[in-house]
Amino acid sequence: MITTDICIIGAGPVGLFSVFEAGLLKMRCHLVDVLPQIGGQLSEIYPKKPIYDIPGFPEIKAEELIENLYQQILPFKPTFSLGERVDKLSRTEDGGFLLTTSDQTEIKAKVIVIAGGLGCFEPRKPELQRLEHFEGKGVVYMVKDPEKFRGKKLIIAGGGDSALDWSIYLTEIAEQVTLVHRNESFRGAPDSTEKVFDLAKAGRLNLLLNSNLHALNGNGVLKSVDIMNKQGELKKVEADYMIPLFGLSPKLGPISEWGLNIDKNAIEVNTFDYSTNVPGIFAIGDINTYPGKLKLILCGFHEAALMAQSAFKFVYPNQKLSFKYTTVNGVNAF
Amino acid sequence: MIIFDVVDRAGNLQKVEVPEEINLNLMEVLKASEYPILATCGGMALCATCQVEVAQGLENLPSPTDVELDMLDQLPKATPQSRLACQIKINENLNGAVFHLAAE
Repeated sequence: MITTDICIIGAGPVGLFSVFEAGLLKMRCHLVDVLPQIGGQLSEIYPKKPIYDIPGFPEIKAEELIENLYQQILPFKPTFSLGERVDKLSRTEDGGFLLTTSDQTEIKAKVIVIAGGLGCFEPRKPELQRLEHFEGKGVVYMVKDPEKFRGKKLIIAGGGDSALDWSIYLTEIAEQVTLVHRNESFRGAPDSTEKVFDLAKAGRLNLLLNSNLHALNGNGVLKSVDIMNKQGELKKVEADYMIPLFGLSPKLGPISEWGLNIDKNAIEVNTFDYSTNVPGIFAIGDINTYPGKLKLILCGFHEAALMAQSAFKFVYPNQKLSFKYTTVNGVNAF
Repeated sequence: MIIFDVVDRAGNLQKVEVPEEINLNLMEVLKASEYPILATCGGMALCATCQVEVAQGLENLPSPTDVELDMLDQLPKATPQSRLACQIKINENLNGAVFHLAAE
């Protein structure tokens, strides 16, 4: 059980900066993010893209902004549950919250801050009948522990860098790797593409180009996958695991079931302090909505600062908050 | 006026009229017309939440750039008719085109 003052859902730029604003007011934070790294869409979607509207930075790469924010919050010793999704939220007797993640991590917090951007990044799924039936029983969307695939027969589907990279890596571990791709060439990194073709030539990788996943077979557990080529010919490939790697796409996820007022996939908040309709739960950044809302990182930073002032009342109900500038007080690390 | 058809995910067809000389892309026009597309990345061809299928008029559109092709190549449901709306500039080439919103 992790106990903290504030549990921040989402470790994007706004979630990270909340740790700073909370830290100035002596509140500790734990962050949960479904992605395996911090930074949200900045790290996942556009790490190398320059951003031009961060005050004080005429130009900064997305990944640099995340690194800077991380350095900025380190004095306040944030803790993280990465690669986990908050699935359940309940009230505790003392008026706080208990959150349970997809990995069954339990987090007790006095305040919840949802800084979830556009929601959870979830894997894009192929359209296959009975796909859900095989999820976790042969169909996996992420390679968390490669050792799980030792000596197994794998089918990897996709044409991006991750499909190429995992195919190369897993040929060393698995008994057999089949890579299925819709087109006849790859647009990933030239090095990886060359390696994949070399492995196929050497007979170490079963490469099926111009082909699509067609059907999953097995009684309860995945046994084989039917793959159809552009000519409409079917091929049955035996498989212990199928790993579709078609990138990630954002979904609001379990947040939609927590009794919050939601309008078009965004959480309605009071602009006084970005509180939601549930006392003790705040929503900041791209995930909230209010009249005049602009989805900008800099607006999220502002929302984080105001949120922290009100969160203080839940964390320290008997204390009076006096506002102090960092230029006067400095940053007092925990 | 530039006029093209948009078919939403429920199959409803609606004509969309856009003034000429408007400096927007198709994703921005779809969003402004309240179609439920997320456009997570805001138009950088990086998220594919604005994927459309071009049922008519594909030949009139400029070919996709490398960035767009890179993204389309990753998608499970992309077909030769698939495009990212954010990469399609609004101009008279779109007259008479038919776009289907791709499933989420």
